[in-house]
Amino acid sequence: MNIIDDIILHSPALIVAIPLLGAFLTPLVSKINDKLRNIFVIFIVLFTSAIVLLLANDIYLVCGKIHTYVFGGNAPITEGGFAIRILFEVDGLNIFMALIATILAIAGVIYSWAFMKENTGLDKYYTLYLLMIAGMYGMILTGDMFNFFVFLEITSIASCALIAFWTNKGKAIDAGFKYIVVSATGALFVLFAIAILYGQYNALNMAVLASKIQFSFLDKIALVILISGLAMKAGIVPMHMWLPDAYGRAPASVTLILVGVTQASLYGALRMIFTLYGGKLTTTMNQIGDVSIDLNLVLGIFIVGLALLTIFIGVLMALKENNFKRMIAFAAVAEIGYMILAIGAALTTVFSTNDAGTGMMALKGGVFHILNDALDVGLLFLVAGAIYYATKETSLNQLGGLARNMKYTTIFFLIGLLAVSGMPPMNGFASKLIIYESTYQVNPILSIIAILCSILLLAVFVKVFHSAFLGPKLPKFDNVKEVPKSMLLAMGIIATIIIFIGLFPDMVVNYIVQPAVNALTNNSNYISNVIGGI
Amino acid sequence: MIYNIPYIAVAALILIGLYAVIFKRNLIKIVIGITLIENGVNLFLITLAFREGSIAPIYREGQNQIMSLPVPHALTLTSIVIGVAVLALMLSLIIHLYRHYNTLDAHKIGREQE
Repeated sequence: MNIIDDIILHSPALIVAIPLLGAFLTPLVSKINDKLRNIFVIFIVLFTSAIVLLLANDIYLVCGKIHTYVFGGNAPITEGGFAIRILFEVDGLNIFMALIATILAIAGVIYSWAFMKENTGLDKYYTLYLLMIAGMYGMILTGDMFNFFVFLEITSIASCALIAFWTNKGKAIDAGFKYIVVSATGALFVLFAIAILYGQYNALNMAVLASKIQFSFLDKIALVILISGLAMKAGIVPMHMWLPDAYGRAPASVTLILVGVTQASLYGALRMIFTLYGGKLTTTMNQIGDVSIDLNLVLGIFIVGLALLTIFIGVLMALKENNFKRMIAFAAVAEIGYMILAIGAALTTVFSTNDAGTGMMALKGGVFHILNDALDVGLLFLVAGAIYYATKETSLNQLGGLARNMKYTTIFFLIGLLAVSGMPPMNGFASKLIIYESTYQVNPILSIIAILCSILLLAVFVKVFHSAFLGPKLPKFDNVKEVPKSMLLAMGIIATIIIFIGLFPDMVVNYIVQPAVNALTNNSNYISNVIGGI
Repeated sequence: MIYNIPYIAVAALILIGLYAVIFKRNLIKIVIGITLIENGVNLFLITLAFREGSIAPIYREGQNQIMSLPVPHALTLTSIVIGVAVLALMLSLIIHLYRHYNTLDAHKIGREQE
């Protein structure tokens, strides 16, 4: 067996283990030389990315393939035929999320090189940064409920410390404290739900749980607790108050990974709803008086309601915000709303027999939008960070005329602006169009609201573009120079991918998004791979 | 009934903790609330593992008693370790906040104009 096959076989473990090892080696390398440390961290991330790409290639090669990795030696097999070990189970959806995490991680470390250069304590910064990346990969790849909780906590601890990285600013510490309170509570909710499920079915493995689940009263409680816990981490509206603070106060390179962490929590919610409960959502009727309602319908309508609130509040708060990064953060809240709008619309239809096509399309739009949102919002945050780096200003009232001095940054902002508000040649248009089309078939009002809010989002960003980049040259910005090359490179990577996806959306949908949607809707495949396979 | 008391304690701990997190203004009390939720969840896991008359899951020769389930114990241990890390982080953030604002009132923190 050659070495590539070996690496692919062990890749799910390596993807988490290498950043974790790198994280704890970073302080040691940092003792030698600062530059060497930066190169070391970039090398670690690139190496991990290469393994992710190898694994992705392996999974996309065969349609519907699932890569299951069992930790530990010879797997002890019970009568049921599955291994009582920690499992990593990688299917189309997992690898899709891992690819997003990879893009963000590469851009993040390259950006950090110049952006964080003037700060002290960088050995700790890079240690936490790699820990955060490792935790994110772990959340995405794991197939075990308790393992999911552990990685959730690793990510929240690392990201909380990074949000409060600029401890000389009171507001940054305040944001970090808010984040840790919300995420610790959310994670404990998730653990409580896991305990409820464990108490009933004596299993922690997602696939085994999915095959055993009965949808008793306790299961319903567990579902509600799971979704509310993960929604807290994902920043869906009633629980969104930490998000603008955390996104706005953290260094821009950290915010980029935070976007990825938020998406990973959203992935967790998707996995719980569709894989864990997916098989049983429709078969259970919910009796209210004389009328019986399918549970997926109740859940779907509830999620759509939350989504509309999220979009509305996100856009309206973005309109009135004056701080550059906080404003983008509210736009990010609105973008999360679009994803869960599609997911909710999909929940109402995807299980029915006559309307499954609409549901599949909505799901496709929602999953595709996860990728696009991570890239668009990420790029905007990087641009905001670049402006802060060059001018040390965050308030939009103080900025102006920057296009004269920072022409590349201006172009990148323009790309991000068009993409996030869903204008044609960019990737945001491709996924939002699918979401509009599919939600229109569910209920026209949904898509009308979605389009209106998208236009408002465009208005918000045009306002920012005008006030920050256009206008007369301000004397205090005479000495402002273009940002260093590493930051431009990081923004360039993301902008290139945005334009590529915008130009060839069909290709991306067919090769990457469709396997993810298939993996979501076909949970029997996920189950049989563990129960029968080993 | 007597075996339900731990579950009632779990519910009480979690609800009191949530109350503290949501309604208290003192940061230390918020942290105490989170610790209460955590203890409630840990107690729930331990209670799930227990069977009436069971002993600790250590195999000895010539012994045939029922044992309590070891997996939730392992989960609880992990959860406690994570809880310590979160607690330490939160308290250190509170120290920083107190240095900046000279108060622990959540309403007076992070409100200054830039």
